[in-house]
Amino acid sequence: MTAFLLRRLIQAAAVVLVMSLLVFLGVFAVGDPIEILISPEADQFERERAVKALGLDLPLWQQYLVFLGNALRGDLGRSFVFNEPALKLILERMPATLELAIGATVAALIIGLPLGLYAGLKPNSPVSKGIMATSILGFSLPTFWVGLMLIMVFAVQLGWLPSTGRGETVTILGMRWSFLTSDGIAHLIMPALNLALFKISLVIRLTRAGVRETMLMDYVKFARAKGLSPARVTFVHVFKNILIPVVTVVGLEFGGTIAFSVVTESVFAWPGMGKLIIDSINVLDRPVMVAYLMMIVLLFITINLVVDITYSLLDPRVRLEGKQ
Amino acid sequence: MSAPTLEVRNLRTHFFTRGGVVKAVDDVSFTVEAGKVMGLVGESGSGKTVTGFSILGLVDAPGRIAGGQILFKGRDLATLPEAEMRGLRGNRIAMIFQDPMMTLNPVLRIDTQMIETVLAHAKVSREEARQRSRDALGQVGIPSPDERLKAYPHQFSGGMRQRVAIAIALLHKPDVIVADEPTTALDVTIQGQILAEAQKLCAQFGTALVWITHDLSVVAGLADDIAVMYAGKVVESGPVTQVLDAPLHPYTLGLIGSVPSRNRRGEPLRQIPGMTPSLLNLPAGCAFRSRCPRAEPGCAEPPPMAEYRPGQHARCIHPHQEAVAA
Repeated sequence: MTAFLLRRLIQAAAVVLVMSLLVFLGVFAVGDPIEILISPEADQFERERAVKALGLDLPLWQQYLVFLGNALRGDLGRSFVFNEPALKLILERMPATLELAIGATVAALIIGLPLGLYAGLKPNSPVSKGIMATSILGFSLPTFWVGLMLIMVFAVQLGWLPSTGRGETVTILGMRWSFLTSDGIAHLIMPALNLALFKISLVIRLTRAGVRETMLMDYVKFARAKGLSPARVTFVHVFKNILIPVVTVVGLEFGGTIAFSVVTESVFAWPGMGKLIIDSINVLDRPVMVAYLMMIVLLFITINLVVDITYSLLDPRVRLEGKQ
Repeated sequence: MSAPTLEVRNLRTHFFTRGGVVKAVDDVSFTVEAGKVMGLVGESGSGKTVTGFSILGLVDAPGRIAGGQILFKGRDLATLPEAEMRGLRGNRIAMIFQDPMMTLNPVLRIDTQMIETVLAHAKVSREEARQRSRDALGQVGIPSPDERLKAYPHQFSGGMRQRVAIAIALLHKPDVIVADEPTTALDVTIQGQILAEAQKLCAQFGTALVWITHDLSVVAGLADDIAVMYAGKVVESGPVTQVLDAPLHPYTLGLIGSVPSRNRRGEPLRQIPGMTPSLLNLPAGCAFRSRCPRAEPGCAEPPPMAEYRPGQHARCIHPHQEAVAA
C-alpha cells in the first residue's frame, strides 16, 4: 500500500507540473489584463509602473518560472482586483462550493440508487419505464434552464424556498457553513438539486444497468438457491456488487461537479468558487484564474486517489493486487 | 412403503417468449430414493438444467412450471407458496451449480456466504453458525478451515470453490441435492475427488442426489438410476447398468457410441448426425426422428413411454431390444 501511494504521489506531482504549464499558457492566451485593469485615462508612465508592479513586463517563460517558484512556497500570486492572495480568496469561497457539491452528490445517491434499483429489479413495470424516460430529461435539459424553472416555481410562484445566497451560516474551523442552520439548508436545497440533476440520472442508469447485469449472475441464483430472503439477496449480494461502478463514477464526477458548479452558482448567486472564477474571467484577474485552475487540478488528483482507495475497500480482488 | 424423497411426475416447464412457447421441459418423470443417485443425462439444451431449477422453484420469468408435480416427501413443490419454498431451499433441498468460478459472490467473504445460509434456516447464534460453517468446510476436505473462512472466493482454485459450494449445500444436511454438472468445469483429478466426496456424503446422510451431467462416464461410476433427456423429454430411464449396457432408445445408443473408448481405438469416432432441434418448433411426434437411423413413418406420432424390460422405460416404438454391442 505504501509503495502504491508513493507511486501515485510521484505521478500526481508530474501531472500538476504539466497542468501548471498548460494553465499558465492558456490564461496568457485569454487576453491582456492591462486593458481592463488600468483606466484608459492613465498616462504612459502610470501604465508602465502598473505593468512592472504586476510582473507583466517579463517574458512569458520568466513569468512562468517566477510563478512556479512562488507556487512551491505556497504563494499562488495576488489578485489584481482585490489585492489579496489568490489562494486566500479561493479558500474563503471553497466551503460554499464544497457544501453545494456534497449536497448534490448525496442527493444524487439518495434519489438515484433506490430508483435505479427499482428500475433494475422490475424492468418491465410502467413505473420503471417512467423512471428511465425521466432520467433522459435529467441528461438532456440544460442546467441553467432547470435552475431558472426551479426559481420560477419554488421561489417566485410558491414562495417555498429562497432563490439566492447561502442564508444564515455557522463558522466552524474558521470556515462558514450553511448546512448547519435550517435557513442555510433551505437555501441549499434548490441549488443542490439543480446541480444533482445530471448525477441523479447518471446514478439511476448506472444502478439499473448494474442490477440487471448482476441479477443474471450465477452467484445471485446460488444465493436464492440457499434460501436467502429476497431482501438479503438484493441488498447484500446485488447491492455490494453494483456499488463498485457507482462509487467509481460518482467519485470521479465529484471533481466535475465542483468544477462545473459554475453555472448553478451563477444562477442561484451562490457565493462559491464558481462565481469567483466567472467574475475573475470577466476582469482577466490572472492569478485568481490560475490559482483556481490549479486547485481544480489538485482536487481531481486527490479524488482519483480517494476513489482508488475506496474501490479497493469495496472490491477484495483489487485489494489483493495492491498488497502484492 | 413411505413416499420416495423426490418424485417428479409429468413435469412441464415452459418459457412463454415472444417467439412462442419454448417447452424446455415437457413431460419429465423420475423418482429418487433416499441415499440414491439419479443421473440426468442429455445434450446441452435438452432441459436438464431447467428440470433442476424447477425442483428448486428457481425458474425465472418468462418461464414457469406449466404442469405436473414435484413431490418432495409427498408434498407438491410445484404449487407450494414462495415463502414455504424458500424455507426448503438451501435447507431440505440444495443445489450445486456448474461453474464454481461464478457461484460464489466475489465481493463477500466465504464466512459471510456460509453463515447467512445457516442463519436463513436455523435459529442459532452467529458464533454457532460460524462453527457449523467451519465443520462443513472440514467435511469437504478443505484444509485449515478457520483461515479459509476469512478468505474471498478469488483466493481459491476452481476445485476448492466447488468444495465450498458443496459445503454450503451440505450445511443443513438436505434431503435432496440437485447437482448441475458440478464437475464439468474441473480437471479430471479434482473431478474424481469431488465425485468420491459426493458419493460418500450421500451414503452418510441418506441424501437423494440428482446429478445432472452430459458425461456418461460420470454417471456410470456414480449413479444408481439414469434418465436420458432429449428435447425436453425423458427418452429412456432405468437402472444405470442396464441402460448403459443395453440401451433401448437409438438416442441413448448414439450417446454411448459418442464416448471415445479404448476398445474402439483406431476406428473413427461415432457421432449422432445432425443437431438438436430448436425447441421453438419441434417436429410432431418423436423429436429425435430426423436424426434417427431407425426412423419410420410411425415415428410421426408421439411415441409413448413404455416399459420394455423390468424397470427400463423408453419413449420409442422400435427400441433396440436385441443385444447391442455398444
